[in-house]
Amino acid sequence: MNPKIIKFSVMRYRPETDDKPHFEDFEVPFIHESSILDGLNYIRDNLAPDLSYRSSCRMAVCGSCSMMINGVPKLACKTFIRDYVKAGIITLEPLENFPIERDLVVDISDMIEKIESVKPYIVPANDLPDDKPNHQTPQQLEKYRQFAQCINCGCCYAACPQYKLHPEFIGPAALTLMYRYNHDNRDGAAQKRIASESREFGVWGCTSVGHCTNVCPKLADPAAAVQLDKQDSAFDYVKHFLSRRKKD
Amino acid sequence: MENFKADIAIIGAGGAGLRAAIAAAQRDPALKIALISKVYPMRSHTVAAEGGAAGVIGKDDSLDNHFRDTVSGGDWLCDQDVVEFFVEQTTRELIGLEHWGCPWSRLPSGEVCVRKFGGMTVPRTWFAADKSGFHILHTLYQTSTQFANIRRFDEHFVIDLIEADGRIQGLVAFDLQNGVFRTILAKAVIMATGGAAQVYSFTTNATIVTGDGMAHAYRHGVPLRDMEFVQYHPTGLPGCGLLITEAARGEGGILVNKDGYRYLQDYGLGPETPVGEPQNRTMELGPRDRLSQAFWHEQKKGRTIETPLGHVVHLDLRHLGKSRLDERLPQICDLARSYAGVDPAAAPIPVRPVVHYTMGGIETDIHTATRKPGLYAAGECASVGLHGANRLGSNSLAEILVFGHVAGDEASKFAASVPDFNDAVLGDIANAIVAGISQKFESSAGSADDSIAAIRREMGDSMEENVGIYREEAGIRRAIDKLRELKQRYRDLKLHDTTGRVFSFELTHLLELGYMLDVAECMAHSALNRRESRGSHQRLEADCCQRDDKMFLKHSLAFMGDNGPTIQYSDVSITTYPPAKRAYGAEEKQLQQQGANV
Repeated sequence: MNPKIIKFSVMRYRPETDDKPHFEDFEVPFIHESSILDGLNYIRDNLAPDLSYRSSCRMAVCGSCSMMINGVPKLACKTFIRDYVKAGIITLEPLENFPIERDLVVDISDMIEKIESVKPYIVPANDLPDDKPNHQTPQQLEKYRQFAQCINCGCCYAACPQYKLHPEFIGPAALTLMYRYNHDNRDGAAQKRIASESREFGVWGCTSVGHCTNVCPKLADPAAAVQLDKQDSAFDYVKHFLSRRKKD
Repeated sequence: MENFKADIAIIGAGGAGLRAAIAAAQRDPALKIALISKVYPMRSHTVAAEGGAAGVIGKDDSLDNHFRDTVSGGDWLCDQDVVEFFVEQTTRELIGLEHWGCPWSRLPSGEVCVRKFGGMTVPRTWFAADKSGFHILHTLYQTSTQFANIRRFDEHFVIDLIEADGRIQGLVAFDLQNGVFRTILAKAVIMATGGAAQVYSFTTNATIVTGDGMAHAYRHGVPLRDMEFVQYHPTGLPGCGLLITEAARGEGGILVNKDGYRYLQDYGLGPETPVGEPQNRTMELGPRDRLSQAFWHEQKKGRTIETPLGHVVHLDLRHLGKSRLDERLPQICDLARSYAGVDPAAAPIPVRPVVHYTMGGIETDIHTATRKPGLYAAGECASVGLHGANRLGSNSLAEILVFGHVAGDEASKFAASVPDFNDAVLGDIANAIVAGISQKFESSAGSADDSIAAIRREMGDSMEENVGIYREEAGIRRAIDKLRELKQRYRDLKLHDTTGRVFSFELTHLLELGYMLDVAECMAHSALNRRESRGSHQRLEADCCQRDDKMFLKHSLAFMGDNGPTIQYSDVSITTYPPAKRAYGAEEKQLQQQGANV
C-alpha cells in the first residue's frame, strides 16, 4: 500500500514563549484506515516531537482526543483522514469554548466541576443488604441507558452557543448525567437535583439549539436529555405551586 | 515546590485506584486520600474493557467452579488461597457496583443477566452490553465524587517514590497543567497504574498503558513477578489492534480460517459445536492462550488469510442477527465498521492475536502488600497471584474491584500505624528527585539522531518478534541484547523543547519509555529462564515445550540488578486443587470420565 499525502494545519501555542497561537503545516502520509489521531502521532514521532495533544484509548471511549477538526468538534481517533481528501487540508484547533493550555490541549476543569456538581451518583431509594441486587427491568434500564453513554469528551460544550455566551451555564453533559440519575429507578434524589438546577443557568440556561446532539460522538443525545430535564423542572414547579396553594 | 500531606496516596485512578479510594473514604471520613493520575479518571484504560466481570450468581454455579476454572485456566500457577478469597468476594463487589448505579444488562425479570466466557464452566460474566469497563469506570468515578476526603490530582505524572527508613512515604509528581513539580507525602502508597502492554508494538491497550507503577516498585527493590506471562487476546482488529471482545464468541461467534474451517477443533478444543450453540470450555470458548497459539500454528500451516495489514482469521457473527448484535455487542459492531470497514451483521470480522494483558506485575501478598513497607499494589500492575500463567476473560474487571477494595482497607490500616512525617528528611529526598528530573529541561536540546519514537518502535518490534506467542532462547537473547542497546541510547536522549513545561508530553513520554524498557527487560529475562511451557509462555525448544512442574511450579521474581534484572523463584500456594492436566472440550470430558472410573 502506497500511502497518499495530505496537509495538516495544526494550531501551536506554548504559554511560556508565545503571545498568541499560530498555525504550523505538516505533510502527513495516510492509508485508508488512518485516523486523524494517527496523523498527529506521525507528526509527533517524525516532525514535531514537542507537539502536545491528549489521546489514550484510540477507540472513541476514553474521551481524551476531542478537538476542532475543520471547525467541528470531533474525536481525532474516530475521524478518518480519508473523509477529508476532497477538502484537501485538515485544520486542527483546540476544542472551542475552553481556555487553551498548549497546542491542542485545553483546560477542561470547568466542565469537570459542573459534571461533578449534579450529584452524579445513586442516592439509594431503598435500603438493600450488601448481597442483594436491585431489580431493574430492561424497560427501566432503557429509560436512562442512552444518557449514560457520555464519555465527558466536551464536544457538546464546544458546540454549545449558550456556553460560549454564558460560561456560567452548567452545560449539556452535566444536564444529561443529571437526567440519567434522576430516571434510574434505584435512585431517590431526583427532587433535590431538579430543585438545585431549576435556575437560569441550570436547565433553563439551554436555548434549545441542539448542536450538542449533532456533535455527540456517542449518540447520547444531550439535547433530548436537557428538554426532558426542563419538563421535570416544570412539573416540579407546578407540583410545588399546587401544594403551596393547598396549604394556603 | 508545592506539598500535600495525605494519609494514603493512590497512584492511578482507573478501576482499582478508584475502588481503593472509595474503600478508604468509606472506612474513615477523616482519612486524607490523595488520588493521583496522569490522566483524568474516566480516561483510564479500564474504560476500554468490553466483555464483563465474573462473579458466581446462578443457581447452577458454585464458588468451587469459579475457583477450578481460574486455577486450570492459569495452568496451576495461581496462588490458590488468593483465588479462594477472590471468588468469595467478587459477587459482593459486583452487587456493590449495582447499588452504585452500574447499568448491568438485565433479564426481563429485572435480575442481572450473565453471559458465557472463555474457559468458564458456567455463564457467570456480568456485563453492561459490550461496554462493561466503560460503565464500571464511570460508575466508580461518579460515586467517588461524593467523598470530600478524596483529593484528586488529575493529570499529575509520577516521577518517583519517596523512600525513607525503609518505607515508602510519598511521591513526587509533575503537574502537567501548571508545569510544576509537587511532593505528596503519604503514610502508605497504593500502586494502581495498570498494565504494560505498550512495550509491544501491536496491542489492544491504550497508549497510556506503559508500566509506570511496575517500574517504580522495581526500582525501589520490589520484584516484578511472573512477567514472562503476557496475554495475547485472540481477536484484535488488524492494523490498529483494537479489541473485539471475547463476548462475541460467548454470544456464539465462530472462528474460521481461509478455508472456512473451524480450525480450533484441531487444537484440543473440539469437537466442533453447532453454529449458534456455544458450549462452555469448548471450541471458541476455550481460553485465550490456547486460541492465540492455535492461530500461530494456522499461520505456519498457511491456512490464515493474508491482508495488507497482516494475516487474519475470520470471526463470523452473522448468524447472531442484527437485533442481537445491536443489543449485546453494539460497540464492537461500531468498531468493526469504523476501523475495519466491516458490518458484522453482513460479513465476518478479520481478527488476529494481539497483546492484551500482563498477568505478572508487582509482587504482593494476599493483602495487596508488597515486601516494601508502605507500598501496596492492586489491579493489573500487581501480581497478587490470581491469574497464574493465563488470565481468564472477565476475571480482571472483578480483580480490580476485589483487590482495589482490599488495598484501600489495608493501606488505611498501615497508615494509622506509622509515626508522623519527618518533613526535613522527606523534603530533602523530594528535592533531590526534582533536581534530577529538572536536568532534562536544563540540558541542551535533543538532536535528530535518535528519538523517543525510534527507541519505542524498536523495543516494541523486538518484543513482538522475540517474546511473542512462542519463544525460543536465541530470539529472547536477541531481544535482551536489543533492550540493552536501547537503554544505552535512552540515556543519551534529550528533550527537543526545554522551555515549555506546561503540558510537556515530551517529558512524560520520555519517562514512560524508561519505565517500559525496565519492564520489557523483566519480561525477556523471566522468559529466558523459564525453560518450560505453561499457559501463555510457550517455548519452541524440544526440551522445554512441555509443562515442567518439578522445576517450574514456581513464580518468577525479577529483581533489579546492576546490569538488568536477576531472576529468582518463589513457591506457588496450592490448597485443594493439585496440578493436573489442563484440558478442554472432549479431552476434558474424557479425563473426567476416567477420573470417575478410577
